[in-house]
Amino acid sequence: MQTIIKRIKKAYVETENCVACGCCVKVCPRDAISVPDGICALVAVQKCIGCGLCARECPASIISLLEVPA
Amino acid sequence: MKKHWYDFLWIPSLLYLTLGFFNILFAWLGLICFFVPLVISLFGGGKTYCNRYCGRGQLLALVGGRYGFSRKKDMPRFLRSKWFRYGFLIFFFVMFFQMLWNTWLVFSEVNDLRQAVTLLWSFRLPWHWAYHSSVAPWVAQFAFGFYSVMLTSTVLGFLTMLLFKPRSWCVYCPMGTMTQLICKAKA
Repeated sequence: MQTIIKRIKKAYVETENCVACGCCVKVCPRDAISVPDGICALVAVQKCIGCGLCARECPASIISLLEVPA
Repeated sequence: MKKHWYDFLWIPSLLYLTLGFFNILFAWLGLICFFVPLVISLFGGGKTYCNRYCGRGQLLALVGGRYGFSRKKDMPRFLRSKWFRYGFLIFFFVMFFQMLWNTWLVFSEVNDLRQAVTLLWSFRLPWHWAYHSSVAPWVAQFAFGFYSVMLTSTVLGFLTMLLFKPRSWCVYCPMGTMTQLICKAKA
């Protein structure tokens, strides 16, 4: 029998190049992003719905949507 | 979403540039945008200034985002690279100290006051109408120099807003780079 693995999208931050400007924090409809200690953005994966608003907003274009198993 | 008082800080930001057109001495108020982010990051507030209180960022987000004056395209990779960000910070510092040096030269009466605003570190714009000779010449010289810094960075911010994403300025903003470096050093 074939097993079907459900996959969902989550925001992924390329932390090395994040400028910690907080643009993503402002647009996230689920308050899933924070910038702890002003170093780089951090996505709370449980809250993220993979809408991609942060990825579109990020001026450094370092947020992408990755497919992960649900 | 509920609006907070700090969501309207784009108004003072816009007002600042306008006031400097009429009286250059208002340029001194720009020091707030220099010291507040540094103090916040030095005393454990991280990048709260960028994230919440930066009026310029809000202005760019408003004009580029809500009013749509932005292509909303990715910035070229080299503009987002670390060497460009740090390089721009160093360049900005050099230009800032040169401005302080010019103020010193006027203070020590080596040079006369230049009633002009220098845009993009090269183009001298006449700005004499904004000076009403009520203060010491060096106070006015600093104001002209500081206003030049603020106007230049606003022009660059708006240019990259139009060409790339609304808050592209945030990527290479020297204050942002500096506060992030402070945060990283403290971690």
